[in-house]
Amino acid sequence: MTVIRDLDKDKMVVAEGSYTVASAVKACKPNVISAYPITPQTHIVEDLSQFMADGEIPNCEYINVESEFSALSALVGSSAAGARCYSATTSQGLELMHEVLFNVSGMRLPVVMTIVNRAVSAPINIWNDHQDSISQRDTGWIQLYAEDTQEISDMTAQAFKIAEDKDILLPAMTCMDGFILSHVHEPVELLESDLVDEYLPSYEPEYVLDPKNPMSFGAFADPESYTEFRYLQQQSMDNAVKKIEDAATEFYDIFGRYYGGLIDEYETEDAEIIIMAMGSVIGTIKDAIDKLRDKGEKVGLLKIRSFRPFPVEAIRKAVKDAKVVVPIDKNISLGLNEGALCTETKACLYNTSINMPVVGFMIGHGGRDIRISTIESIVEQAKKVADSGIEVESQYADLKEEML
Amino acid sequence: MKSLLSSGHRGCAGCCDAMAAKFTLMAAGEDCIVINPTGCLEVMTTPYPESSWEVPWIHSLFENTAAVASGIEAALKAMGKMGDTKIIAMGGDGATLDIGMRAISGAFERGHDFTYVCIDNEAYMNTGVQRSGATPFGASTTTSPAGKVSIGNPRPKKNMPAIIAAHGAPYIATTSIGYPKDMIRKVKTAIDTEGPTYIHAHAPCTTGWGFDSSKTVEIAKLAVETALWPLYEMEDGDVTKVKKIMKPKPVEDYLKMQKRFKHLFTMEGGDDAIKKIQALADENIVKFGLQ
Repeated sequence: MTVIRDLDKDKMVVAEGSYTVASAVKACKPNVISAYPITPQTHIVEDLSQFMADGEIPNCEYINVESEFSALSALVGSSAAGARCYSATTSQGLELMHEVLFNVSGMRLPVVMTIVNRAVSAPINIWNDHQDSISQRDTGWIQLYAEDTQEISDMTAQAFKIAEDKDILLPAMTCMDGFILSHVHEPVELLESDLVDEYLPSYEPEYVLDPKNPMSFGAFADPESYTEFRYLQQQSMDNAVKKIEDAATEFYDIFGRYYGGLIDEYETEDAEIIIMAMGSVIGTIKDAIDKLRDKGEKVGLLKIRSFRPFPVEAIRKAVKDAKVVVPIDKNISLGLNEGALCTETKACLYNTSINMPVVGFMIGHGGRDIRISTIESIVEQAKKVADSGIEVESQYADLKEEML
Repeated sequence: MKSLLSSGHRGCAGCCDAMAAKFTLMAAGEDCIVINPTGCLEVMTTPYPESSWEVPWIHSLFENTAAVASGIEAALKAMGKMGDTKIIAMGGDGATLDIGMRAISGAFERGHDFTYVCIDNEAYMNTGVQRSGATPFGASTTTSPAGKVSIGNPRPKKNMPAIIAAHGAPYIATTSIGYPKDMIRKVKTAIDTEGPTYIHAHAPCTTGWGFDSSKTVEIAKLAVETALWPLYEMEDGDVTKVKKIMKPKPVEDYLKMQKRFKHLFTMEGGDDAIKKIQALADENIVKFGLQ
């Protein structure tokens, strides 16, 4: 579970979530930042622009591109030229990048990008859910989700460490909930540059665009070789399973903060009902669990930090003794009527000796407020499932039926 | 001089792309980085695990070449590795005038120090000769075919050099693969000019235009000699040099050698279309003072 060692209150400041991310990026010393403004990502790129204007990020170029498509495309060139690369986006911007996302991963370029999660249009909506990043699930990017502003700050350094590892060389997106985390002011410890230097080695890629040693990047692969490129990407995803855990424990050794590796567990040891979720709703669920535990309810929480690679073994181990598993999703796969976490969880328990009901609840879409009472009512329904089996496998937990 | 584009690539006999790339590299020398969009040149030169490129080369996608070039330039500057390295984007007309326009506009507006070479063969050749924004009036392509009620492509070419000029580029030139010395000189001038520069090279495609593979250069020259493809240079937005044509040839000389214009000589209304094409050439003569 989450461990914060030696909390140094003198080092803490009250900062906006976006500022903690921008500060973390600065401490990671990127060479190229390329971004296009979009709500609610803007504060991150504004803060980074101010750092640039004040000369606080040495050996770095900030490219004010004309679209998200070019934001990420520019980093294809920068990363291939050997630069440490960063971008940030959300929602429509991320969807516009879709084609480039595959390209960055396929070319094995370890770009790190913050996704400030927001609903997708139509209807247009600027508030938080996870439809944007979940829709990029199969693009070959590592996907990590943060619970609070301190975690998204620290996850930024972890993401560079994971992505740039020569056994990985995959891009990584670190996901933070729009407004809920990006615009909230909380006490945090900003990442300290000298500690990041100790934690994060400089990026020394083996293959770069260099006239002294010409190489070709992005060649054309016919049916004779295409499969093997894809296989190797998956192999790196497999390698990332351990690397994500290592990056979290090594971070703890230096910074004294730990939020789990692939997953984190809260009150799961004797839990009969295990809720699964990602992002800022974790805090709300923990509060709900505290209340329910006071009443003697055996409820626990499995926080998913890494959605890609999907932590199959860790989930199986964590839920095997429960009576019912309840994935909560801020996204929907239209046509299947369930969220991605629900689908993936069912898939990872199938073909194993673990046989328990999995019931999914979709909640908080387009920024709808998630209350402790809603979590409590989900737990009530899960209890019925534990007692008498599944009636509805997946449903919205906060639907306004009177509006339909 | 050592060719920086190795032989053995998969280009057709008489391929305009191979000539344009070779001339560009002759101008640039070894100290350069080349960016290609998706297209014939990319496909024919880099079938994994082979590559014809003796200089560092990258292909990302179809529509983002100028953005990738921006990123390379920014990275080299940030890391203090720029030195004298030249950054050269080389894309076809579809990748330049159509799908890549946004990224090109952004890169030129931001003022990155790079050269963009458009190899204009006037249609999407890699996918089988579909029309692009560079396809000339009257050309039959697979998506603007001549037919009972069609004379082929209904619109004239998009004026890309003028669009680049509107971005304030310090140097722009049109050239043709039919004039290697002209092209090499202009590419060299472009890469030696600081800031974003643009070369638009007219490049006849043997399969797409329908002519014998021995005629690439001859047809390229005819485009210039008929004034359908004027050769000029622009510095800071003004035309400063043009290649004069003493006795412009009639456009029929150019059109009749190509299958894509064959219908204009047989179908009803073809005469009028040829007159319109002649008028476009005449306008060029006046506009650029070619005579």
